Parts: sequence; C-alpha cells; structure tokens
Amino acid sequence: MHDLHTRRTFLRAAAAAGAAWAAADVVEIEEALAWAAQQTAEQRRDFSVLTAEQAKVLDALTARIIPAVDGRPGAREAGALAFIDRSLSTFNAAQKSLYADGVTDLNRRAAAKWKGTADFAALTAPQQDEIIREIEKSRFFQTARFDTIVGTFALPSWGGNRDYAGWHLLGFDHQPRFQAPFGFYDAEVNRRDKP
Amino acid sequence: MIQSQQAARFQPSETVDFVIVGSGAAGGIIAKELSTAGFSVVVLEQGPRLTETQFDHDEFGTFMQSKLANSPATQPHTFRATPSDKAQKAQAVIYGRLVGGSNAHFTGNFWRLRPSDFNEASRLGGVPGTGHVDWPITYDELEPYYTKAEWELGVSGEPGPFDPPRSRPYPMPPLPVKSSGVLLEKGARALGLHPQPTPMAINSQFYNGRPACQHCGFCLFFMCEFRSKSTSMATMLPLAEATGRCEVRPGSYVARVETNPAGRATGVSYFDEQKRLQLQRAKAVVLCANGAETPRLLLNSESSRFPNGLANSSGVVGKYLMFNTYYGVNAQFEHPVNEFKSVQNTRMVLDYYETDPKRGFYGGGGIDARFGKYPIIFALGGLPPGSPSWGEGYARSLAEQFSRTMFFGTHGTSLPVEANSVAIDPSLKDAWGLPCMRVTYKDHPDDLKNAAFLSAQALQIAQAAGALKTWPEPIEPQSQSVHLLGTCRMGNDPKTSVIDRDHRTHDVRNLFICDGSSLVTSSRGQPTETISALAFRAGEHIAAIAKRGEI
Repeated sequence: MHDLHTRRTFLRAAAAAGAAWAAADVVEIEEALAWAAQQTAEQRRDFSVLTAEQAKVLDALTARIIPAVDGRPGAREAGALAFIDRSLSTFNAAQKSLYADGVTDLNRRAAAKWKGTADFAALTAPQQDEIIREIEKSRFFQTARFDTIVGTFALPSWGGNRDYAGWHLLGFDHQPRFQAPFGFYDAEVNRRDKP
Repeated sequence: MIQSQQAARFQPSETVDFVIVGSGAAGGIIAKELSTAGFSVVVLEQGPRLTETQFDHDEFGTFMQSKLANSPATQPHTFRATPSDKAQKAQAVIYGRLVGGSNAHFTGNFWRLRPSDFNEASRLGGVPGTGHVDWPITYDELEPYYTKAEWELGVSGEPGPFDPPRSRPYPMPPLPVKSSGVLLEKGARALGLHPQPTPMAINSQFYNGRPACQHCGFCLFFMCEFRSKSTSMATMLPLAEATGRCEVRPGSYVARVETNPAGRATGVSYFDEQKRLQLQRAKAVVLCANGAETPRLLLNSESSRFPNGLANSSGVVGKYLMFNTYYGVNAQFEHPVNEFKSVQNTRMVLDYYETDPKRGFYGGGGIDARFGKYPIIFALGGLPPGSPSWGEGYARSLAEQFSRTMFFGTHGTSLPVEANSVAIDPSLKDAWGLPCMRVTYKDHPDDLKNAAFLSAQALQIAQAAGALKTWPEPIEPQSQSVHLLGTCRMGNDPKTSVIDRDHRTHDVRNLFICDGSSLVTSSRGQPTETISALAFRAGEHIAAIAKRGEI
C-alpha cells in the first residue's frame, strides 16, 4: 500500500518534472500522463481570490522558490499556489494587496528588462531568477517565500502539499507507526551489538 | 480499560467540595486524587475536549495558527523586557488550551529535581539582586511523590550516574535509542562525559491499559492518538471521572475567584461556551491554571477586602516569573538520522547539572539529542546560515539535509528576578471583557552565561560525534516561553510567598494553588515531573486537610 503510494508520488513528480521516463513501464507512463493532464486542468481552474494572470505569475514564482530538481517535486507540483489562494481568501486576507502589487511589480520589471515580455511567467527560469535577486529582500518576496513553504509542506488539508509531494521532496515519511532502527547510526549500533 | 461509572454532572448552583481551574499536568492529578478520596470535584477548562480521532499532525495549524494554544486574537497579552519599556502586544506566553492543558501535547521529558535544587540558595549563598531562596520542602519529602508520578503516570527510563536517590526503579525500560541518541553518546563518551537514557513519560511497553509508543514522531506540541504518552489527560482524568464524583467541564473560561465578607472563597465565576456568566459554588477552590493564568486570575479577583488581588498580601503574586533557557546546536551528519521518527529524544548528558562556582556564574542544565524541526519549520530555517533560501540550491539542500540534521538541545536554569512578572495590562481587554496580562521578562545575565556555557559544551559533543557541519542557535534574550514558572511561589513566610508547604494560600484558607507557579526555583529546564509530583503531594495533603475538617 505504502510502496504503491510512494511509487505513484514519484511518478507524478517525475511526470511533472519531465524526467525519468526511461525507467517507467507503459502502465506507469499512462498513469503519470493522466495525472499530468489533471494537473494542467487544475491549474486552469478558477481561483477564489487570484485572477488568472496573478495565478500564472505566482505559479511561476513558487516554481522558482522551490523548483523541481533531481526528479523530485517542487512547490508547483505540490500545488503551493492553491494554498496561497485559499489563505488569501481566509486568514491571510490582509495580504491581498501585497500580492497584487507584488505581481504588478514582477511584470513591470520583466517588461523593463526584456522589451515585449508579456509577464514574469513568460520569462525563462534564469531570467526569472535575475528578477528575484532584485527583490529577494522585499516584504512581498519574503511573504511569498513563507507562503510557498507552508503551501508545500503543510498538511494537504490546508490546500497545498498535494499528494504529500512536499514531504516526498524532503524525504519525510509520514506514517502512523515506525519500528527501530530509525536511522543509519542506530542501525549501525544494532548491527554491531548483535552477534 | 477502566470500567467507568457515568462521569458526574453538577449544576453550577450546587456547592461541590472542590472546583479546580485547569485540567493540565497538575489539575488532572489533583482531580483524580480528590475524587478518589471521596470528594465531589468540578474541573473547569477553557479549551475544548478533543478525542483521539480529532488529534492530527497539523504543523501549520498547531504552530502558526495557535490551534491548540491560547489565542492571540481573543486572549491577547502584552510584553516588555523591563518595567521602563513600553509593553507591546506579543505572544510571550504559550500554553495548551484544551482538556489536558499544555501537558496534553508536551514532549514527555520527565526529569526529577535533585536534592541540591531545593537548598542551592543557602548552600551557595544566593545570587544578589534576585529572589533566589530555598524551597520550604526537601527532595526527601518530595521523593515518594516523584515515584508515585512515575508509576501512576508511566515513565520509561534508566537511572544515570548522577541521579538522585529513588525508592523504586522506573516502571518501564527506556525507549529504543535513535540515531541522534547514538551520536550524542559517541560525542559525549569521547569527551569523558556520562550520557544516559532520557526519562520519558511515554510508554516503552504496554502499561496500565495503554499501548507502547508507535514511534510516529509527533510528540512535541501534538497529542498522542495511541495514548502512549503518559499525560494526565490519558491517565488521570479517566480515573477521576470513573469515580462518578468528578465532572470535567470544557469551554469554561474563568473570570474570578469569588469571596465572601469573611474572606473565604465561595466558588468561581466563569463564562460558559455561550459566553454566559456562571458561578460554580464550591467549598474550596484549587487553581491549576498555569504560571501565567493563575496569577492573572488572582489579580483579576481583586475586591475591597483584597485590593491588590486575591491571596496577594505579600505582593509577590505574578512575580519571579521563570522561563528556563532553551538553546542548542544544529548539526548535519553524513548519513540519515531520520529524526522525524519516534520520540523527540532518547539520550541526554547531565554532567553540567550542578552549579559550579568556578564557572563564575549561577546555573546548570542538561544537553539532549533531538529532532527539533518539523517540515515547515525546517524549510523556513533548518539549513545552516548562508545556505540558499530559494532556487535549485535551496530545493537540493532541503532534500539532502532534512533527514541528516539533528539538534543538540540545552536546557538551563532561570533565576527568580522580581521584575520578571505576570501583571495586569492597564488597558488591554480580552474577548470576554476581562483585563489581559502584561508580561515583563529579561533573562538574568547568569542565565544567558549558563546558556552560552551549555551551548559551547553541546558544540563540542556534536563535533566529537563527527558532525560534518555545526551551527549554534544564537544566545539572544528570551521574549517567549512555554515554561511558566514561579509566579505564586511556595514558602513558609506569608510576607514573601503566596502558598504554604501544603499549597494552601497564606491569605485564603480554602484557596489552594498547584501548577508551574508553585515552583521556587526553575528546574534545569524540565519542570513537568516536579509539577506532577507536587500535584500528587498537594492532592494528598488537601484531601487530608479536608477530611480533618480544617478547610
């Protein structure tokens, strides 16, 4: 049960990251493709606070804060944006204008640096990083970073960490029970102590 | 399981024998002691009653939304470092707001005090400018109740070389060692120190109808859905209710202790869940509301007869607040330690427990090996200083280091300083219209010197254990704590203390107090077993006083 869950999570992550296809069999590829399609559909759905344009830009921003690397999911795959949208409609409502102004600023900087750019989301990753480096000390970026982290690692019931993708990234295995040995060093001692 | 009678239900207008305010470490134990001794008891708890199916592993809700704690929105308070600073709204004190209190989601560390803790002031000569005094009781007087606490609640452990005398062994063997514990042992032994298993109020085997720990990893600030954590909620309240003489009444926010013209307590006014003011009448009142809410309640219970607050003829109600110090050293290792599994810590070092005048300051403490950071808190600040905070390097570091990082925690003394206090804020009111508390706290210089000393020893242990990278938490003045101690101190002299050696207030014959506020000194950073032992002793003594008709 757990192995299946882990494998699925990995495949979904791999699908989203566009990696590791060679290792997967046909059924798995189909499953992963179906999941990827669902992702796209979910990303197009209406948000309760964010406009489609704001959502697009913030989705790109979260994907640069915690990118998917080495076949592991990142903030986008974990659906951190869904958490941000939900929090802005509830306990973080006071930060709506901070986010709106922050998105406008990102797009303004993108257009000023690269003429004819539609918005921040249209830039390449290195270009996006260049802009983030300009604003990384700002209250908007620090808030977005905090919320991206929460949206990636909080319980899925808060709206993010979809399929525990964030915990998969950390190697945090969430199970109701474990048995010793728990880590490398206690396993090593147990091996040494036993004949 | 306990074959329980129907838990009792009382009308507020009925005069019960005892009303207890607070259902945590002390309140649960005293409720059990008094109800099994034959008295009728109502326990008032401001928070909700949650059952195992409602417990979760919600880090964000728990740590960042105060889901299980006093709410900054409805119960704000203010903080200032010294009386000359302006107090600002803050979250300076945090406590569990649910049936079971802070004890419901404590880590489980269960350290006894040592004989030296009780008479250190006279032995060492005290620290000028502080209220550092001896306890009115000795270790030998409390020892039977430490033993009672360990056996009635359920503690896993094994005595170490410096442990105080004990009349019985621990009821359960230690929990299985984790990688962090193995590393602490390795580093400590290399330095000639004496690591030992950490005593934990968590079952290492089936005990008193509750299962052994399942090692899920969610102890600190979470309730145990397996009931393997030996909290007063899991162990004492069921026994109290099974007597048929005890009612636990959640959603009851206490406003005042009421008194009559003769100066006796007549009961407790509280807001029920519909915010209607109720009066629970009782022959005697026991406050177990924690080291912040107990003094606030006394000060808010002022009257023409008690103009400075109830039981405060000494003027020391709310004073001598102690937080303990908690710092330590983060460390990364080559291989996974997987600290997210099992209990918070399994090994500790108590070689620096005693004050050593040669160090040049008062204080002592312990060092243990811990998990420390759940996923969100790890991602926010669990990487070494200078690590990337976003981007590919950040994501890669999170993935590589979460399972390889641990914490060498240090737990130290706080001196009782008169200015450190819980008082009433002159203007702020809570959502019930009651005056809020104003917390004043500045660590004594010796507390921070002791913390820095312990941190330096922890760093050596981490390095001797083979850590690839180490970075200590900065030693900064504290402005927040979950350890709320010393604010209604015990003593023989009514001019300098609030309660006597039986936990009876010097001023009001039928008003008793037992919780963190009773402590005269701070402990070495793990006060819960002492609060529990005091509660078993107080429960027994209060019952005896009542049976003799002396209330």
